[in-house]
Amino acid sequence: MAEIAEGGGGHDKGGKKRPKKGSTRIDMTPMVDLGFLLLTFFVMTTTFSKPKVMSLSYPAKIDKPEDVKQPPLNNGITFLLTKDKIFYYVGEFNPKEGPATTLEETNFSPTDPKGIRKLLADKNAFVIKQKALLDDQLKRKQIADTTYERLLNGPTGLKTKKEALKVLIKTDDKATCENFIDLVDEVKIAQIGVVAPLELMKSEADLLKAKL
Amino acid sequence: MPKIKVPKHSPSIDMTPMVDLAFLLVTFFMLAAIPRETDPVDVTTPSSISEKIIPDNNLTVTIDKGGRVFMNLSHSDARAEMLENMLGKYKMGLTAEQKEKFTIMTSFGCSMKELPKYIDMTGEERKKFPTIGIPTDSLKNELKDWIYYGNIAALNTGQTKFLEAEMKGDKPDANDFKPKFILKVDGKAAYIFAQNVIDIFRDLNLNNLNFITAGEKAPK
Repeated sequence: MAEIAEGGGGHDKGGKKRPKKGSTRIDMTPMVDLGFLLLTFFVMTTTFSKPKVMSLSYPAKIDKPEDVKQPPLNNGITFLLTKDKIFYYVGEFNPKEGPATTLEETNFSPTDPKGIRKLLADKNAFVIKQKALLDDQLKRKQIADTTYERLLNGPTGLKTKKEALKVLIKTDDKATCENFIDLVDEVKIAQIGVVAPLELMKSEADLLKAKL
Repeated sequence: MPKIKVPKHSPSIDMTPMVDLAFLLVTFFMLAAIPRETDPVDVTTPSSISEKIIPDNNLTVTIDKGGRVFMNLSHSDARAEMLENMLGKYKMGLTAEQKEKFTIMTSFGCSMKELPKYIDMTGEERKKFPTIGIPTDSLKNELKDWIYYGNIAALNTGQTKFLEAEMKGDKPDANDFKPKFILKVDGKAAYIFAQNVIDIFRDLNLNNLNFITAGEKAPK
């Protein structure tokens, strides 16, 4: 089998002539080398991580949109997404009281103090704090898994409370899917439960165009 | 004085077990690396922190960089049923062999007209085939029909599987057997392409969608 070759050709002592004995051993070093090369290659190219999925609920289509009264949005933030850039405004678009809506810019950087991660964490501080308390209770086994799940994600759970932040996402025609999924990802990192991807309104599109 | 004899050891080590193991690993990784049949498109999905794994019974719509649309259904029984319904609707016929081949295919992306030719191709030929994907425009919305019949077929298959599991005495959760809708989008594709497909899903009242993403570590 594969082993380090011992000695040279083997000089016979004494000069006695012997019939040449054919060695039964084959040098397998090259084969083993190749074997390890292949092993390294396949180890490095194989990816075992199965792809994951990210769920997202879209609003149902309504036959007659004018019949449905939009519920007032409280504690909402709207993101306007374009190619590699995010703009946002807080609350409703051009509310009856107060100044007209202006867009603020933010970015995808997770460390930038002006970045989206910091922004969402600040705005959703209530939920994050409450969740930490629940996490703690779960760890000390004061509440069961199912209770934890219900209190956090249930229909009347923490993430749907009045104080929790709600996010609307609107994209223009230049945004890429990566931008969109990154944004939804940031929203999920910030423990926001209510996310709605909506169509961009004309007035919002104009505002966005002015910013670019 | 007697000389201290240093025992002479042979410098060779028996490497047989190591080499055996190495080749075993080579074989394993080789088999793990080669997928049975490759998708007709290469799509690079964005990453997210989500830890949900892909559900078993699924209907996947793939959108590539250029906005071409491909579709896949996970269960072969459901595929056969979907194909029958589609052929009925478009008044087309296929040979039994072609139907058989369709059920074991991966994603497909072609118009109904191209379908017989598309099925006859090999996986490599399909990759090179200059198709525009499944037509999604409002005049000839074939994707809508595919999704409609695919959903019905996947529901039926899911129900059969659910009943089978129940017969075995397990207590299955019906939700696990319902078809899930998955979007596999290329990160570089414009979102309007995805939105177009999402609108088709929403037209059919299928509002819960899943995006395939590569895994990513959640920040602490």
